[in-house]
Amino acid sequence: MLYREAGQFKTSYAADQAIFPIRQDRIGVAVILAIGLFVIPVISGQYWLETIMVPFLVFSMAAIGLNILTGYCGQLSLGTGGFMACGAFFSYKLATAFPDLNIVLVFLLAGLGTALVGIAFGLPSLRIKGFYLAVATLAAQFFLLWMFNKFPWWNNYSPSGVISAPPRAVFGDFFVTGNGATPQVKYLFLLVFVAVLALIAKNLVRSRIGRSWMAIRDMDIAAEIIGIRPLYAKLSAFAVSSFYIGIAGALWAFIYTGTVEALAFEISRSFQVLFMIIIGGLGSILGSFLGAGFIVLLPILLTNLPGLLGVDIPVELVAHLEYMIFGALIIFFLIVEPHGLARLWTLGKEKLRLWPFPY
Amino acid sequence: MSTRLLTWIAVVPGVVLGLGLIFQLMAAADPGFFFTWPYYGEVLIAGLLQGVLYALVALGFVLIFKASGVFNFAQGSMVLFAALTMVGFIEMGLHWILAALVTMAVMVVVALAVERAVLRPLVNQAPITLFMATIGIFYFLDGLGQFFWGSDVQVLDIGIPKDPIFILQDWVDGGMLVNAFDLVAAAVAAVLVAILAVFFQATRVGRALRAVADDHQAAQSVGIPLPVIWAIVWSVAGFVALVAGIMWGGKLGVQFTLALIALKALPVLILGGFTSIPGAIVGGLIIGASEQVAEIFLGPFIGSAIQDWFAYMLAMLFLLFRPQGLFGEKIIERV
Repeated sequence: MLYREAGQFKTSYAADQAIFPIRQDRIGVAVILAIGLFVIPVISGQYWLETIMVPFLVFSMAAIGLNILTGYCGQLSLGTGGFMACGAFFSYKLATAFPDLNIVLVFLLAGLGTALVGIAFGLPSLRIKGFYLAVATLAAQFFLLWMFNKFPWWNNYSPSGVISAPPRAVFGDFFVTGNGATPQVKYLFLLVFVAVLALIAKNLVRSRIGRSWMAIRDMDIAAEIIGIRPLYAKLSAFAVSSFYIGIAGALWAFIYTGTVEALAFEISRSFQVLFMIIIGGLGSILGSFLGAGFIVLLPILLTNLPGLLGVDIPVELVAHLEYMIFGALIIFFLIVEPHGLARLWTLGKEKLRLWPFPY
Repeated sequence: MSTRLLTWIAVVPGVVLGLGLIFQLMAAADPGFFFTWPYYGEVLIAGLLQGVLYALVALGFVLIFKASGVFNFAQGSMVLFAALTMVGFIEMGLHWILAALVTMAVMVVVALAVERAVLRPLVNQAPITLFMATIGIFYFLDGLGQFFWGSDVQVLDIGIPKDPIFILQDWVDGGMLVNAFDLVAAAVAAVLVAILAVFFQATRVGRALRAVADDHQAAQSVGIPLPVIWAIVWSVAGFVALVAGIMWGGKLGVQFTLALIALKALPVLILGGFTSIPGAIVGGLIIGASEQVAEIFLGPFIGSAIQDWFAYMLAMLFLLFRPQGLFGEKIIERV
């Protein structure tokens, strides 16, 4: 009864093309944003903000990036970790070479740099398709990681190979990176940053370019015949996707962990992000958030579960059990809902529209 | 086929000799660059034998992809799981042949479970969903193996000699150094491929497998039961994983990193084509030899450890010219 669009008439083209055409959706998004902005930083402690909310937002960003490439344009990529590393190291080089540059600009420029790398590694997609392409993107993963590991120029010749984010502030004295940054400021900065970029992504995928990506995904030959140029569509998907993933990598290094080495962006990171978009839902911005939340929360839950249940299991066994449960849950989710959590939300919406009078 | 074979006979020695000549010129120009023909030969042979081991893992991928269209990422963890299980049984006091047989039985159980719990509920789903499911199997098997057998590095020794030996001493001054273990591995791989070839070509089950690989629906309509076939294919892949596990485990010790050698088999796969058993072998040989040569002779110029990515770059270059791999079925797309 609450969720019903009957009676909401659109009287202008602008209203007809709004991102959230239903009033309840608009209210819902506004409420979620308001809770995120005003309630969460107040009620949650440092642990919640730093181990759950911050990685959740960073991973959401990466998941949006990969979802643009894989979910919307249909190009399976396993190079996410490599592109995240690009973003991290580019932003580090930029931030240390130009100390006066605003940190937001640093992140955006690092994203642009990663986009260029993404275009270079996206070139084979014009020839190679499907799983062959997935394996080819592993070349990006291994080559980029090797490069950041091999050449000390990238970490300013630090002997340990680790980069530490220099302290940088926004709006005068709100430090968002470095040791002086408080979890609240970090979280709020991330929230605004991710919300704005997610909004842009949401708009992008329903624009002309987003529709051309989806046409390529659904059948690239047919798309080519109706006049979509695969070169532009595929490479732009690689560029935009890498832009988001690069920024996610930069946020990871600067805001989430603070110090990072190339090993943090190993192949397992790529799989982690891929899990997020599959569990969350391919081709859905909302799904990116849901999947990121699920994959961030699941290991924390699994680690704490024995303690909560009062069972005493050796730590090493817990680690192995975690692996098993994680694998089994992935399979279970794929079986019950192959289209992801976002699909559950869509189905729920259909039900809500009719509830409580389904006839 | 014959023209293609002729091309191969012409191209391969040409490339090998050409590279050798280039290296010789480089050595002539730069005294710091060490090159002799026997050394080059040694590097090539070491690489080829390494490639055989890659091919062993790639074979498992190909079998499953051919029969069910599933890109089985879990092959690496199957290798680890088989090796761990076998070491576990050997430590219980079984002879290694007996342990291998028991492990094989375990792998069949795994195959049945995979078919029952994963493939059957996910029938008709998109390939990417199945691919993700195999990553789930990857995590599960990793955890299961280490849950039962622990995560320490273990030694798997079934009596294969590991001494370096010299061959061709009559022809080359000082002979060429080859690892005996690798030679045995190559022989085992050859026997394995022969067994698989006989199994696929000459038995009733093998014919059914090929029919399923050719066309699922047609095979089903002439009465071939798909679930049974899938269980058999996963069992055969489990057998290949066991052999690969024994070989890799004997070479490197049984440890967690074994699961990651699957990543080394991936460029082999795209080079050879996902659907071709000869492709897996030839791809393995090319990748093994070329990455060894690149590491030894190019490594000093662009930095060491290029092995990590060289194979992928090489495979990608190949793909630009042949998008379905060297031996893969030609991909025909229609609207």
